[in-house]
Amino acid sequence: MSNIKNTQSAPGDRQRPTSELETVVIRFAGDSGDGMQLTGTEFTKSVALEGSDLATFPDYPAEIRAPAGTLAGVSAYQVHFSSQEVFTPGDQPDVLVVMNPAALRINLPDLPRGGIIIANVGSFTQPNIEKAGYTANPLEDGSLSGYQVFAIDISKQVALALEGMGLTAKEVGRCKNFYALGLMFWLYNHPMEREEKSIRAKFQKNPKIAEANITAFRAGYYYGETAELFPSRFVVPPAVIAPGTYRHITGNEATAIGLITAAQLASLPLFCGSYPITPASDILHTLAMYPHYDVITFQAEDEIAAVAATIGAAYAGALGVTTTSGPGMALKSEAIGLAVMAELPLVIVNVQRGGPSTGLPTKTEQADLFQAVFGRNGECPVVVIAPATPGDCFWMAIEAARIAIRHMCPVICLSDGYLANGAEPWKLPEVASLQKIPVTFRTDPQGFYPYLREPKTLARPWVVPGTPGMEHRIGGLEKEDVIGNVSYEANNHEKMVRIRAEKIARIVHEIPNATVYGDPSGDLLIVGWGSTYGAITQAVKSLRRRGYRVSALHLRYLNPMSANVGQILANFRHVLVAEMNLGQLLMMLRAQFLVDAVGFHKIQGRPFKISEIVTKVEEILGAREQAELCTHAEVG
Amino acid sequence: MTQCNLEQAPKLTRKDFISDQDVRWCPGCGDYAILAGIQRVMPELGIPREKIVFVSGIGCSSRFPYYMNTYGFHSIHGRAPAIATGIKLTRPDLMIWVITGDGDGLSIGGNHLIHTMRRNVDLKILLFNNRIYGLTKGQTSPTSVHGMKTKSTPFGALDRPFNPLSVAIGSAATFVARSIDIDSPHLQYVLRRAADHKGTAFVELYQNCNVFNDGTWESVTDKDVRSDRLLVLEHGKPLVFGKERKKGIRMRPDMSPEVVEIDGDTSGLLIHDETRTDEGYHFMLSRLSGPDFPQPVGVLRAVREPTYDELMTEQGRTVSQQQGKGNLEKLLHAGETWMVS
Repeated sequence: MSNIKNTQSAPGDRQRPTSELETVVIRFAGDSGDGMQLTGTEFTKSVALEGSDLATFPDYPAEIRAPAGTLAGVSAYQVHFSSQEVFTPGDQPDVLVVMNPAALRINLPDLPRGGIIIANVGSFTQPNIEKAGYTANPLEDGSLSGYQVFAIDISKQVALALEGMGLTAKEVGRCKNFYALGLMFWLYNHPMEREEKSIRAKFQKNPKIAEANITAFRAGYYYGETAELFPSRFVVPPAVIAPGTYRHITGNEATAIGLITAAQLASLPLFCGSYPITPASDILHTLAMYPHYDVITFQAEDEIAAVAATIGAAYAGALGVTTTSGPGMALKSEAIGLAVMAELPLVIVNVQRGGPSTGLPTKTEQADLFQAVFGRNGECPVVVIAPATPGDCFWMAIEAARIAIRHMCPVICLSDGYLANGAEPWKLPEVASLQKIPVTFRTDPQGFYPYLREPKTLARPWVVPGTPGMEHRIGGLEKEDVIGNVSYEANNHEKMVRIRAEKIARIVHEIPNATVYGDPSGDLLIVGWGSTYGAITQAVKSLRRRGYRVSALHLRYLNPMSANVGQILANFRHVLVAEMNLGQLLMMLRAQFLVDAVGFHKIQGRPFKISEIVTKVEEILGAREQAELCTHAEVG
Repeated sequence: MTQCNLEQAPKLTRKDFISDQDVRWCPGCGDYAILAGIQRVMPELGIPREKIVFVSGIGCSSRFPYYMNTYGFHSIHGRAPAIATGIKLTRPDLMIWVITGDGDGLSIGGNHLIHTMRRNVDLKILLFNNRIYGLTKGQTSPTSVHGMKTKSTPFGALDRPFNPLSVAIGSAATFVARSIDIDSPHLQYVLRRAADHKGTAFVELYQNCNVFNDGTWESVTDKDVRSDRLLVLEHGKPLVFGKERKKGIRMRPDMSPEVVEIDGDTSGLLIHDETRTDEGYHFMLSRLSGPDFPQPVGVLRAVREPTYDELMTEQGRTVSQQQGKGNLEKLLHAGETWMVS
C-alpha cells in the first residue's frame, strides 16, 4: 500500500491504530467455486458507498468449473480504490487474498515484494499443494519471506462458526468467501450493517444460507478485531468526486442501459437480436429484463440469424441492435454488408476478446478494429466508435444509435472484455439533459424514391412497411441511384460506391473534435482507443508530474476519425500508439496521416499496466535525449 | 404506425399486385405460374398492399419480391426467415411471406428454416423446389435425387436428399402443405390456406427448372400419371387416389402404410386429419413417395398453436402490468445508488 499519510486511532477502535491510505489495490483469488467474483463485487459496492473512486478487474477462467484446486480453475477479482481519481484497476495488488495454493501460485508474480498475502491455510493441503505444482507448502518453506503473510485457517474457522446451523459440509465450504470479505471489511474499516442487509437481500430466497453467510462474514470481521494479526487498520478517505447520484456499473450494463435510453430518446422500440457469446452475453441478459421498456430481445439460433432478424426489425421501424464478440462478429459480416447496401440503421456492439477463432473467450483484446473497419466484401464503409470506460459505454451506445438513425447506416461499437466486466462508480445523467434522437419516417408518397437522399447527410428515407402508397423493394443487389431498382450499370455502381463512402465520410462534420490530455504539443503523444484509456491517462499524468512533455489522445471515433486528429498528431515529435493488438490503429494512422508513429503492443489477454506505458515512454524519450547529446557532441 | 381502414379500402385486383419491374426468369420457368397464382390470391385476402411484405433470400425464386407491388426485401442467402422474424416481431400487424428455394431454404438457410418453424413465428414460407441450383447454373441441391449427375457431381451425387415436408413436420411446423406450379387451382387453394393460417405456414411447391433440371417432377405431375402418383389430401376424407379412385391407403397392424385396391368401400382406409396435434401421422404422410406410394399434395397439417409473436406480445404485456411501463428515470436509478454532495 502506498502513500500512508498519517497514523491515528479511529474512535471506536481503541485496540488498533488506523492508518490513512490514498490508494489501495486488493485482489481476491480462489478456485472458481470459491465465489471470488461475488466477494469482489460485494467489497467493491461497499468501497463505492464509502466514497472512494474505484475501478475493478474481474479475471475468471473460460471453463465453467475447472477441476477444483487446479491452476486452470483460478478466478480473481481486483479492486482499486482511492481518495484520488482512479483510472485503472491498478497495476499490482497491495493485498492478495488467496483461498488456495493454486490462486497463490497464479497471482503471486503480480504482488510486489512486501505486499500482504492473506491465505486460507486450511486449503493448503498436500493434494492442493501438488495440484498447484508446488513441491512443498509455500506458506512454510520460506519462499514467501519477502512478503507479509497472514495465514488463517478460514476453512476451519468457518466450520466452527457455522457449527450447529444444520448445514451440509458443502454449504459450509461455500461460506468461506464471506469470511474473507468480513476480514477485509474490518481491515478497511467498512461498516458491517450495510453488508449484512445486502447479504440478506441477495439470499432472500434461502434465509438459512443468508444467515450462514452473515455468520461467516461476522466471524471474519471479528477475527480481524481480536486476532491481533494486523498491526493496523486502514482507511481510505473519500475521493473528491463530482456531486450527483451514482451507481456502480459495468461496461455491459452501461451498454444495455444506453441502448434502452437511446431507443426511448428516439421513441422507437428497441430490438436486440443476439446469440450468447462471452463476454457480450450480459448485454442480452440485461436487455431481456426490460420488456416493459418496449424492448424486444430475440435469442436467435446463431449469430447470422441474430443480425438478420435485427436488420428485419430495423427495416420494420425499430432501433435494431445486435450484440456479439469477435467470432460472432465474423459471422455477421455478410449481413452487415446487406445493411450497408439497404442503407438501414443498425447498431452492432462487438465486445472484443482475444482472437483469432475461439481465442481467449474470457480475456480482453483490441484486435477487431480491422474487422470492424474493413472486414466485409466489397467497398463496405461503416461507422466505428469505441467507448473509453465502463461508464462511457452508456454514452457511446446512445451515440451509435444517434448516428445510425440520422445517417441510415450500420454503426459498430467496439467494447472489449475489460470494459464489459470492469466496473466503476457512474454518475447518473439528468434525464432532462439527454438529447432526443429525432426520427423521421417518410410517409409522403409524393415524389418518393427509395434512394432519394437528404442533401446534407446523404441518408436515404426510412420508410416502414405498413405505410400506404410507399410500397417498394430493397435488397442486397446494387441499386440504381435515387430510383432504387436493381442496376448492373457500370457507372451507376461506381457512383453508388462513392456515395456510400461519402455518406460515412461526411459524418466527420458531426462528431466532436478529439481532445488532448495534457499540452496540445510536446515531445510525445500517446494515442489510444477503447479500454486502454485508463492506463494511458494515468501514465501520462505521472510522466507529466515528472516533467516529461507527454500528452495523450484518446480516439472514441475510429471511422471516421475526428477532423482534428491529423493536426494533433503533427504537433508532437513522437507519436506512440498503444493498443492491445499488433498495430491496427497504428496502421490506420500511418496510412491516413502519413505520420511516423510507432506502436506499443500487448497481446496477453490483459490490459496495459500503467508502469508498462511509463517505461515505454521513458525508453523512447530517454533514447532520443541520448541521441541528441551524441549529435551535439559530434558537432561540437 | 399507420392504421388502415379496411372499409374504405378500394377492392384490389390482380393488377394491383404486379410491380413495374420486368420479370426476368427464363422463359418457361415454373416461377411464372407461381407468381401468377400468388398475384391472383392476394386480392382475395382483403389485406391492403402496404400491409404485405415479401422477404426472400438468394436464388432464382428469391427475385420474387421485385415482381410484387407490395413491400419487399430481397436479402442474403438463406437468411430470409430470420429477417422476416425480425420484421414480424417488430410489426405483428404485417402479413409476411418468405420466398425461398431448395438450396436457399434447406442448405445455407436450413438452420433458420427449422428454428423459425419450431418457434411458430407467424410467417408464410413458400419453398420452390426444383431439385437443382438454377442461379449458379446447375449444381445439386439438398433435394436432388441420389446419384444425380450435375456440374458439381459429374459422377453422381452421393448425398441423400432432404424431404422438405418431413423437415417441416420434424420441426413441429403448425402448417405444412405441398402443391405444384402447373396446377393453378390447387396452388391457389393451398396459398389461401397458408394465408389463413396463424403461425408458420410451410408450403413446398414443386417447381420446374426447364433449363437445368427440366421435367424433374414429370414422373409425378404429368397429366397422364398424375392421378396415380399423387395423393390429393382433403381433410376428413379417406386417402383415396388413382384414375378411377380405386386405390386407398390404410395402416398395417405394424403401423406401416400400405396401398390397397378398393371398390367403392373406403372403410378401413386412413381418414385425413390435418388437425392432429401429434406429428406422427403427418410425418408418415410426408414420407409417402414412389414407386410404392403416391406423393401427398394439399394440406398435410394445420394446427393452431400460440405463435411466437403472440407469446412475445403477451409476455411484454404481463411484465408491463406487473412492473409498470418503464421510464428512463427508473431505468437509470435501478439497483443501488448513492449521493455525493
